[in-house]
Amino acid sequence: MTIEQLERRALAIREDIIVMLEEAGSGHPGGALGMADIYAALYFEVMRHDPKKPEWPGRDRLILSCGHTCPVRYAAMAESGYFPRKELLTLRKFGTRLQGHPHNLAMPGLETTSGPLGQGLSQAVGMALAARLDGENHRIYCVTSDGEHDEGQIWEAVMFAAARKLDNLTVIVDRNRIQIEGDTETVMPLDPFAEKYRAFNWEVIEIDGNNMKEVLRAFHQAKQVSGRPVCIMANVVPGKGVDFMEGNYKWHGVAPKPEEAEKALEDLWLQKVGEPA
Amino acid sequence: MSKIDKTVPIISDLDKAEMAMSRVGFGEALLEAGRKNKKVMALCADLTDSIKISAFAEAFPDRFVQTGVAEQNMMGIAAGLALSGKIPFVASYAVFNPGRNWDQLRVSVAYSEANVKIIGAHAGISVGPDGATHQALEDVAITRVIPNLVVIVPTDIVETRKVVEAAIAHHGPVYIRFGRDKVPTVTVPETPFTIGKANLLRSGTDVTVCANGPLVYEALQAAAALARKKISVEVLAVPTVKPLDEETIIASVKKTGALVTAEEAQINGGLGGALAELIGEKYPVPLRRVGVRDIFGESGTPAELMDAYGLRAKDIGEAAMAVIKRKSKKG
Repeated sequence: MTIEQLERRALAIREDIIVMLEEAGSGHPGGALGMADIYAALYFEVMRHDPKKPEWPGRDRLILSCGHTCPVRYAAMAESGYFPRKELLTLRKFGTRLQGHPHNLAMPGLETTSGPLGQGLSQAVGMALAARLDGENHRIYCVTSDGEHDEGQIWEAVMFAAARKLDNLTVIVDRNRIQIEGDTETVMPLDPFAEKYRAFNWEVIEIDGNNMKEVLRAFHQAKQVSGRPVCIMANVVPGKGVDFMEGNYKWHGVAPKPEEAEKALEDLWLQKVGEPA
Repeated sequence: MSKIDKTVPIISDLDKAEMAMSRVGFGEALLEAGRKNKKVMALCADLTDSIKISAFAEAFPDRFVQTGVAEQNMMGIAAGLALSGKIPFVASYAVFNPGRNWDQLRVSVAYSEANVKIIGAHAGISVGPDGATHQALEDVAITRVIPNLVVIVPTDIVETRKVVEAAIAHHGPVYIRFGRDKVPTVTVPETPFTIGKANLLRSGTDVTVCANGPLVYEALQAAAALARKKISVEVLAVPTVKPLDEETIIASVKKTGALVTAEEAQINGGLGGALAELIGEKYPVPLRRVGVRDIFGESGTPAELMDAYGLRAKDIGEAAMAVIKRKSKKG
């Protein structure tokens, strides 16, 4: 897909996120909106996958570690044909396949269950080990949040992945600088964040994660690295695309009310038709 | 003799029971399983030799994963391996595994139905001198409450070997716990082991004793001692704490009308807790639970601690007498 096509996909994903969260009445818009460009790239350009065969053994694996941002993944999956888009309206409702935090057994293609922070990278490491052991060449992608790196388990996995030289593993850090209670650097400072990964012997690629050109280049570059795992430190704007949500930590975990959703969709629509937001 | 009175074969002379470590049986069975099945893997957090995985690690270096002292990561890696088709055994001391990584066990493994086998070694008070920090007494309680998870406390070395095989044959997460010390070997190769089945070791009519781990031996000794006083004790080995063999246990307490449980763990939430719940709902009878009674351990030899916390045949015998007495009052 062209950059423009992928950007339009990202916008469609953002619209879906707003609609589904408004319908659900709860959930996490901030992180989800910020990561829409990355997900558009992953599902429509980067990953080898087949929405009609979610269990295909040769598929690349996408492990979502920070499970609360799952609306962006659900939207990307629906957009790429894993399930009908109208099912997005069942998010968080009784009997849904779109659990409030993603569950591997509820919906094919989710790979793992997540929610309690810090667990996904270890699972991704296990899958990377298994792939190497079996001589398979699929890649493992793991999306983690910055706030999630407060958890010790993440660093256990970071240390392990480098020690085992897992170059089939790419971690994407959702560096949006917010967590529930405020700015990450106030709650628990992470900077110099990229340096921490480098100190653990990872290859680090720092990008503007809301710039599709940079996103694609980073994923391409990551595939060339051998002998060490890769961390794409994706600086993104939380709430991206919705003016009143951008950069505001208060939108970490609150769903938009109907009038707010309307305003948000208007912002996104204007970007789609080419007007300045 | 009715079906429910049919006992399974065990050693003939309790006093000649050989002393052996269950963890040795685990190591042997794991090695054998590794030979038979290429999917079997082992993960360890800096305690390889202690948990007897060294032979497996040497024989199958590609399928052995050293994680360093990082039990949370170890459980997560195992989940990832299992979701990729492997059959990983994660092994450490029970205080760390599942003590330290319970959330990973709950979410990454059990809720995800990842086919991981969890080995809680050095469980109970048999680590003696190390003291309370290293004496896993709560592990049975905290694993038993997790849906999808099978919980097994093997009787001895012989049964541990069978448990490893059965755990591999069972698709889904299984927790297996055993101690550090040598314990009397009660079972024989012919003793059956099936996940979810209790074994009738001795038939009796006055009281049922349900025991697991090394307390099975103590229960049999208690039964032998009480027989000399013309008291007839039925002994069931209940290695599978979850799923419980409700049918066998209820049939037994219906016959005897009294129950004693015995385990090397906290009675709250352990086998004692499980059986109290079961009979409380299905068939209430007088009950006494032998085990650790809501206290932390301390340093001492395993034998001293067994005495101090009342985990001996004598204690089981006293508990049996107490419930029989209550039964007759009630009757």
